[in-house]
Amino acid sequence: MAFAPFLIPLTALALSLLLFGGFVSLAGANALEVYHSIYRGAFGTWFSWQNTLVSAAPLMLTALCTALPARLGLIVIGGEGAVVLGGLAAALTGLALIEANPWVALFGMALAAMLAGGLLIGLVGWLRHSRNVNETISSLLFNYISIAILSFLVIGVLRDPETLNKPSTHHIGETHMLGALGESSIHWGFGFGLIACLLLWILYKRTVFGFAVDMVGGNARAARLSGLPVGRIVFLVCLMGGAAAGLAGMVEVAAVHGRANTSLNAGYGYEGILIAFAARHHPLAIVPMAILFGGIRAAGSLMQRDHDLPDATSLVLQGMIFILLLASEAVFAHLARKRGGAA
Amino acid sequence: MIEDPSQWLTVLIAVLGGAIRVGTPFLFVSLGECLTEKSGRINLGLEGNLIMGAMAGYGVAWITGSAWLGVLAAGATGVVLGFIHALLCQQARVNDIAVGIALMILGTGLAFFLGKPLIQPSAPHLPALHLGAWSDNPALRAALEINALFIVGVILAPAMAWFFRSSRWGLAIRTVGESDQAARAMGLNVNGVRMLATMAGGFLAGVGGAFLSLYYPGGWSEGLSSGQGLMAVALVIFARWDPMRCLYASLLFGGAGALGPSLQSVGVTWGYYLFNAAPYVLTLILMIAASSKKVRSGMPGTLAAR
Repeated sequence: MAFAPFLIPLTALALSLLLFGGFVSLAGANALEVYHSIYRGAFGTWFSWQNTLVSAAPLMLTALCTALPARLGLIVIGGEGAVVLGGLAAALTGLALIEANPWVALFGMALAAMLAGGLLIGLVGWLRHSRNVNETISSLLFNYISIAILSFLVIGVLRDPETLNKPSTHHIGETHMLGALGESSIHWGFGFGLIACLLLWILYKRTVFGFAVDMVGGNARAARLSGLPVGRIVFLVCLMGGAAAGLAGMVEVAAVHGRANTSLNAGYGYEGILIAFAARHHPLAIVPMAILFGGIRAAGSLMQRDHDLPDATSLVLQGMIFILLLASEAVFAHLARKRGGAA
Repeated sequence: MIEDPSQWLTVLIAVLGGAIRVGTPFLFVSLGECLTEKSGRINLGLEGNLIMGAMAGYGVAWITGSAWLGVLAAGATGVVLGFIHALLCQQARVNDIAVGIALMILGTGLAFFLGKPLIQPSAPHLPALHLGAWSDNPALRAALEINALFIVGVILAPAMAWFFRSSRWGLAIRTVGESDQAARAMGLNVNGVRMLATMAGGFLAGVGGAFLSLYYPGGWSEGLSSGQGLMAVALVIFARWDPMRCLYASLLFGGAGALGPSLQSVGVTWGYYLFNAAPYVLTLILMIAASSKKVRSGMPGTLAAR
């Protein structure tokens, strides 16, 4: 079954679309027309492709935050917190460098965001390794703490008094915004996501460091006995994952909002976790998965407009796809058992 | 800043009332999560149960005119979501954390989708006891307006503690949570016990959601829950898997959540969000402190092993 890695997820996807079709039929919509709207809104035209890729950008980066530590056997769900802190750090740096050359400012913002997100998840990894604190729970708690810090600062000292409805920091300046790729409306965040997935795939697949990560993930005790600095590897992998999610925060600030506010806390972190699982933590598989879910996000408004469906419809579809993709893991396990190997 | 000392009393009373009102949903989701985790599985999807429960409870209460039928319906939707969680998690290689988050997204989506027509109508509220009737302080009277569900929860916590300690079923759940092998040796159906524990835990989380829509804050809207379901996991750790401590922890989390708004009501606007974050910081500190001992007391063995 050489095609199994593709066939099984695609079957799960088809089944979830069928299930979703049944659901919208019950709600009084024509399922076939809804499918057509999703296709048009997500992948039908160059315009919708651009929306899709823009939505996919932060998802790729937050998925890495879960996928990288997963190779060590750690389940980190702190992407949301890393996005928030990364965006906050980026906005602060952008404001500090408001007089600087745009390239310097953007570079500084990206660096600060990656550092903020990276240190947050790095701390999660360090707590796990040195104090045996469960990484899933601590990263969940850090999400809440990060959001509280952001809200505290944008409502208080950092607030631009002109932002009435949604308290935000001051604007980083139009000339310092992250630009688009060529003539499109796709901002550079998508490029960052692609490059990050590719680089980390090479790192895991082709370098000694990647081999060491797999050793620690396979058997931490054996890795320690063979002289690997397990603690440092755990910290570094978490740092990279957090840096990716932090960069997503920078992209949201520098390419979309121009300011840091609670829009950073838009669920990219939680969706990224599921994309990582759906991609089975493979950095390259994250790219198509993120594009698929970015597309569903992008198609949401068209579904709403054409069929008078609530805006939560795309959330329902996402939930169904995730559930069935996760369930399809069991089929993989079954196949592995039948082959007689302990894959 | 506060100058009049009587304002401190106002804040204290508001925090007390908030601890009970804001703490009740925490109490139900944490008892539900505690029950599920005792069997050795984490359900991170209780946020979905909570929101679905709030929506279904409100809808059924509006249609039938009975708030208690709404509570029952909310619990029933929680059972269904718990069933899906348990069914998926018992498959090989399916991760319970991921399933939980997927169910959180699905539950939230379904609740928002199906709840669209419920934003306008008004459903009957759950009854409350007016324990503050003796006082002529309106703030104290409001604070001591105790909802019936809170009383149910307060009875449920020691009942669950007794259940774990002294009943056959409680022992079965604890054994399954402690070690798969020991449970199998005792002839227990590991997956069956976990399935029941997750479904019952889902029921309680759904009831917690009904409290949100049928009492406080009341009504159905998409911003009803502020992540209480997701925090159930942290609460249970804070309570170290003890139902009685779940009660105290829920009151503490509720009180901390009420501290910001009640300080705001007397003119202290500083630090609103930091007070909201206080319980999470406290939980984190507790986890770090407890981790210096090799095994955290009360943690089910199968959870400690990962």
